[in-house]
Amino acid sequence: MRRFSLPLLLVVLIVAPFFLKPYGLYLLSLWVVMTIAAIGLNLTLGYAGQISLAQGSFVGIGAYAAALLTTMGWPLWSAFLLAIALSLVIGWVLGYPALRVQHHYLAFVTLAFATLVYLLLRNEEWLTKGVYGISGIPRPVLLGWSTKGPIAFYFFCLGILALVTAATWWLVRSPWGRAFTALRENAIRADSLGVDTRRYTLMAFAIGSAIGGIAGVLYAPLVQFIEPNAFNLNLSLSLLLMVMVGGSGYFLGPFLGAAVSVLLPEWLRFGSEGLYLILYAIAVMVLMAYCPSGLLGLAERARRLVR
Amino acid sequence: MSAVLEVRDLAKSFGGIRAVDGVSFDVREGEILGLIGPNGSGKSTLFNCILGQLPASAGEVRIDGSAITGMRPCELNRLGVGRTFQLLQVFPQLTVRENLILAGQEHRGSMWSRLAGRRDAGLGAAADKMIGFFRLTALAAENAGALSYGQQKLLDVAMAFMAGPRLVLLDEPAGGVNPTMLAGLRERLREINAAQRATFVVIEHNMEFVMSLCTRILVLAEGRIIAEGAPQEVRNNPAVIEAYLGG
Repeated sequence: MRRFSLPLLLVVLIVAPFFLKPYGLYLLSLWVVMTIAAIGLNLTLGYAGQISLAQGSFVGIGAYAAALLTTMGWPLWSAFLLAIALSLVIGWVLGYPALRVQHHYLAFVTLAFATLVYLLLRNEEWLTKGVYGISGIPRPVLLGWSTKGPIAFYFFCLGILALVTAATWWLVRSPWGRAFTALRENAIRADSLGVDTRRYTLMAFAIGSAIGGIAGVLYAPLVQFIEPNAFNLNLSLSLLLMVMVGGSGYFLGPFLGAAVSVLLPEWLRFGSEGLYLILYAIAVMVLMAYCPSGLLGLAERARRLVR
Repeated sequence: MSAVLEVRDLAKSFGGIRAVDGVSFDVREGEILGLIGPNGSGKSTLFNCILGQLPASAGEVRIDGSAITGMRPCELNRLGVGRTFQLLQVFPQLTVRENLILAGQEHRGSMWSRLAGRRDAGLGAAADKMIGFFRLTALAAENAGALSYGQQKLLDVAMAFMAGPRLVLLDEPAGGVNPTMLAGLRERLREINAAQRATFVVIEHNMEFVMSLCTRILVLAEGRIIAEGAPQEVRNNPAVIEAYLGG
């Protein structure tokens, strides 16, 4: 089944936009962008075991890099370069507390960082226009191909998702991925086997954050208007939820988690009137209580039962 | 014979407790040194101080004549110093083979070549050889967490040897291992000792195991060395009997 699930998913993703109304297409594009951000967090948290409540901040950094540069007439690829460079460096620095503290202490450090980024975006009006936000963010033209229309822009996002997926696949299957897993499972033992846990911890933060930055660069032209509230703690928390619900440390976890987080509330909205967020919250609570390894962990358990 | 490991006046206090209280000894190349003593005598703390897992309060440690004070465990490991821990320490979600590859991969190439290069870091064959040597071939593709305690213990020891270390500190390798497997473990350790001129320091409570494996024994009690010598001498030393039986 596993062999067919990926190609099947790909076919659905390519065909689906032609059957969707504009709002559905927007949601699907949002799913692509959030999946990218969650892939980054899954690397930091799921593989390397370093909790971060600041992934949304890197989406914000990427989005503001894109918004500021493209509204000044720079091409979007320059925003990718800037966002990746900024997120790598800031993510690396954010990793330093993780060398001293772990788990909920680390969560609080990253939470403070997320608040700091939010305040900077809101208060530094000379740069970010504060609460007024930045509007009129253009969509890119690539070698004469305009991604102005929703379908074209969706495929652009899907292409970036494919690149990020391939790069992450390579990374987690390389010796680095093995070292990340070792770091998560037993950092002291890993250290005694020559694994430079300090450097890998910083790398896990830097790379995961950079992928968050990439998601932000796509988010800005997707919604075409950004303001600081889009990147407050809520975004970081819902990215964390995506990773946990999908299955932390599973390669396909972010895809599934983002689908649940972006699409399920919308789907529940029909027919349940005002209750859909309550239903969604209950579903998530039940899942986390009975299967902390997420939906893919649940699937693995089921597969083992069948065998 | 030259000393691979020199420990001089090493001390470690936790609050008012002097867990290691001025310990000095040498370990010669190719030797299998046993380190015994009652529970709480400071054996594991001594290991942790030697290997940089705990900062020592005083004293000095030298490997091949150069001081290693302040070095991190991963740096020491890359100098050729391996170890196992008292409590079992394998990576349960990695397969047996992956555990062994991990144990060697950081000794190969640079960080970047490990990212761009082969998935097994060129260690697949070496890992399979080690798996065969420790009689774990049938389990190579299993997650380490699915192995029995004794098998995990073997894997734990095997990992310490993956990078071909010169000096290995083994903290209770025999704990919880059944007698048949224990005899196998002793043979493996002897073979590696003979073939690679690897030097061992072994903490162990299983007297039969330690007396039959080691060439020389140090006895630690209350953070100090109270006796030293060949297994037979130590066994009959009144101070040792006193430390184990008396208060």
